[in-house]
Amino acid sequence: LSSVYHPYHPRARAGPHTGDPLLFADTSSAAPPMNNQGYYTPGYNIGGAPVGGPEDAGVNNLFADPMASAAMMYGSSLANQGKDIVNKEISRYVSVNKLKYFFAVDSKYVMKKLLLLVFPYTHQDWEVRYHRDTPLTPRHDVNAPDLYIPSMAFITYILLAGMALGIQKRFSPEVLGLCASTALVWVVIEVLVMLLCLYILSVHSDLSIFDLFAYSGYKYVGMIFTVLGGLLFGSDGYFVALTWSSCALMFFIVRSLKMKILSSFSHNSMGAGATAKSRLRLYITVASAAFQPIIIYWLTSHLVR
Amino acid sequence: LYLSSKSNMAFTLYSLIQAVILCVNAVAVLHEERFLSKIGWGVDQSIGGFGDEPGIKVQLMNLVRSVRTVMRVPLIAVNSVCIVLLLLFG
Repeated sequence: LSSVYHPYHPRARAGPHTGDPLLFADTSSAAPPMNNQGYYTPGYNIGGAPVGGPEDAGVNNLFADPMASAAMMYGSSLANQGKDIVNKEISRYVSVNKLKYFFAVDSKYVMKKLLLLVFPYTHQDWEVRYHRDTPLTPRHDVNAPDLYIPSMAFITYILLAGMALGIQKRFSPEVLGLCASTALVWVVIEVLVMLLCLYILSVHSDLSIFDLFAYSGYKYVGMIFTVLGGLLFGSDGYFVALTWSSCALMFFIVRSLKMKILSSFSHNSMGAGATAKSRLRLYITVASAAFQPIIIYWLTSHLVR
Repeated sequence: LYLSSKSNMAFTLYSLIQAVILCVNAVAVLHEERFLSKIGWGVDQSIGGFGDEPGIKVQLMNLVRSVRTVMRVPLIAVNSVCIVLLLLFG
């Protein structure tokens, strides 16, 4: 680890550097003084190139000077306090543990999920598995929703949109930002409408707002597939890819949401009211699925001419 | 920024915020006595169903009532800010 410091300390000294590996590995208050020293000394060395001995003695004094080291300790404790405050404030609005659940993915899950989004027709078991009353993380259950794929797909979609617009010589940075915010706004609108419908129909499912963002965000994968088909194979390829990804996504959404929405019944309320309710829930599921091809077409048709 | 790519409704986050503010304002101006009771959506008319699943109308009435109660004071602040910004920046 002392080799890392050679760019910062061209004239390496034996004394303080033997202590570096221990201090660098420890990420508590001892680390910033070493980093500060690393940033300070290039200035010293460049500025006072001809002066050798007194330079080193001065830096040694900086390290051994109780006032300076006390100031560094105070500064680092202030930074830690600030970090704690920020974490507390953030966890008041967004429960960080719930969010961490959605990003606990590994590459095997991502491959299986992407395959499922493109070809969901052979998958048998759509039930989200539970482990002692908490849902399994996406790492262990391929049916669990995650937020990693939607966010990565969103960024990839923005890059692809920029590339497609550049090919048509219609690119400018404002259009890219507009494309990104349009796609994001449509997802937010869809999530809000779904929340409203789920509340009005008093569907007591365990779909949280992050789940809805995840299921709405899976359409970005369909959009990427469609835009790629349009870029590689022209207008015919665009429509073929559009129909394929629309059907796959509709099937995926209906099968996934059917488990969550339609099966959250209260079995003691039988009669005519219950069937009307169940019909409305079916309408919600089907409408949510039918909305996907419309929005995919709306957001990608201007990219492929 | 009114630049838009051809066949697209160009949405920015700002236009979404505007739409949300307008909708919440629309819900907040529904007066309890003069309007909602007249069309049967008043507060006293929602304690009907004792089943464990209230109907759609009851849920909507609850939603309207809770939005009006919760958003009354924040809307004052948000509307004032919007008015000042629109006066300054058009």
